Amino acid sequence: MPAWLSLMIESLPALLWACILFTVPLTFLSFVFGIGVGFLAALARLFGPAPLAAFVRFYVWIIRGTPLLVQLFLIFYGLPSVGIVLDAFPAALIGFTLNVGAYSSEIIRAVLASVPRGQWEAAYSTGMTWAQAMRRIVLPQASRIAVPPLSNTFISLVKDTSLAAAITVPELFRAGQRIVATTYEPLVLYIEVALVYLVVSSVLSSLQARVEKRLSRYGGYLGAAS
Amino acid sequence: MIGLEDIHKSFEDLEVLKGISLSVREGGVTALIGPSGSGKSTLLRCVNLLELPQSGRVRIDEASIAFTPAGKVDRRAVLALRRKTGMIFQNFQLFPHLTALENVTEALLTVLGWPRDRAEARARDLLEKVGMAAKADAWPANLSGGQQQRVAIARALAPSPKVLLCDEPTSALDPELAIEVVEVLAQLAREGTTMLMATHDLRLAATIAQDVVFLDRGEIVEAGPARQVFGAPARDRTKRFVASLTAPQPQGG
Repeated sequence: MPAWLSLMIESLPALLWACILFTVPLTFLSFVFGIGVGFLAALARLFGPAPLAAFVRFYVWIIRGTPLLVQLFLIFYGLPSVGIVLDAFPAALIGFTLNVGAYSSEIIRAVLASVPRGQWEAAYSTGMTWAQAMRRIVLPQASRIAVPPLSNTFISLVKDTSLAAAITVPELFRAGQRIVATTYEPLVLYIEVALVYLVVSSVLSSLQARVEKRLSRYGGYLGAAS
Repeated sequence: MIGLEDIHKSFEDLEVLKGISLSVREGGVTALIGPSGSGKSTLLRCVNLLELPQSGRVRIDEASIAFTPAGKVDRRAVLALRRKTGMIFQNFQLFPHLTALENVTEALLTVLGWPRDRAEARARDLLEKVGMAAKADAWPANLSGGQQQRVAIARALAPSPKVLLCDEPTSALDPELAIEVVEVLAQLAREGTTMLMATHDLRLAATIAQDVVFLDRGEIVEAGPARQVFGAPARDRTKRFVASLTAPQPQGG
């Protein structure tokens, strides 16, 4: 067995462990929280009072206009100066959540607005309240359109979590760095790290295809995702 | 009894309804006719309050809401009044993510909180009535326009509304598909469903309406029994409009 292969096999458990323990939870948690933030932000933009909508625009502007790495450094290394000390994992979780929230709010706003006004009116005409119309009529239609762009956000997020290495979260990439520090085999190890990311995002892409297929069951009326 | 009193509605600077009063005979069909832009649709949408009038009063049975330019509108009262109505739209507006049956059960389950088996039994009866029982499990995208409109009629009737509001129910349909919708509406009329119907379709209005209201530029020009308004209109404007409806028209007009 070539030396590089045995090195890869030896390092794999540590890398997978870091992936399962940190990369995957960080990705899933920040995605779920981020979508929640994004949904509220989208509602504020579409239906909220003007000051709230303006605040949300400001939030999206800041997050989209500054590098994610800088945001993470601000949260982890910067906030302690004003007395807010966070562990690495929660700091990363906050950073990624805010990030996903800003990007997904634009997607969610667009897909909610893409449901025709007539659908709201039809829902109201059957006696529904705003919340009922949103939950039963608008959201199901909007979520179907949202799957491809939100999947994109999700897959980017998996890879972006590698930035958490810079604020000491012992996730997949940082685990790779650690092994490199003792073995001096950056080429082999970083290829292996890249391969693990590739496998994870490929699995997620195939999941996306399955979700799309399930949501497209009603006759392909949009044409787009069917 | 369904009544409107002195309804005023403007969009920006455009006054669409200039003080409309009318009452709809219970158990009968009242047709709203008039040229495009006369305010028919807006008037209809003021009855179920999809549009809120700036002033006037809307009454359905004992429920009534008065609107004043400065007054705040009680959302619960609006909802209560709207729930006495059902509406069908020019473009059907079926919920595309629900089957025909689910379109009909949706309000029964969500709004009225009926148990599923009761709602489905009611929905199947209504689909039977509009001749769509065989398509209960079809998606709207796989139905023709006439079929979609018939499902929409069943959906509107599901919560047993006091009045069925019909906004140009046949205008988006080819003539042969319009016939099946006219037949369903005529059947409902025979059964005594109260309807208020905005329409361009003279055949529809003449076949099923007892009363006709002719609206032009936001005002009621003439109102009365269908035979009289169509057969011997009193006003010149009505005469011209009725003649234009009778004359052969280009498609889609």
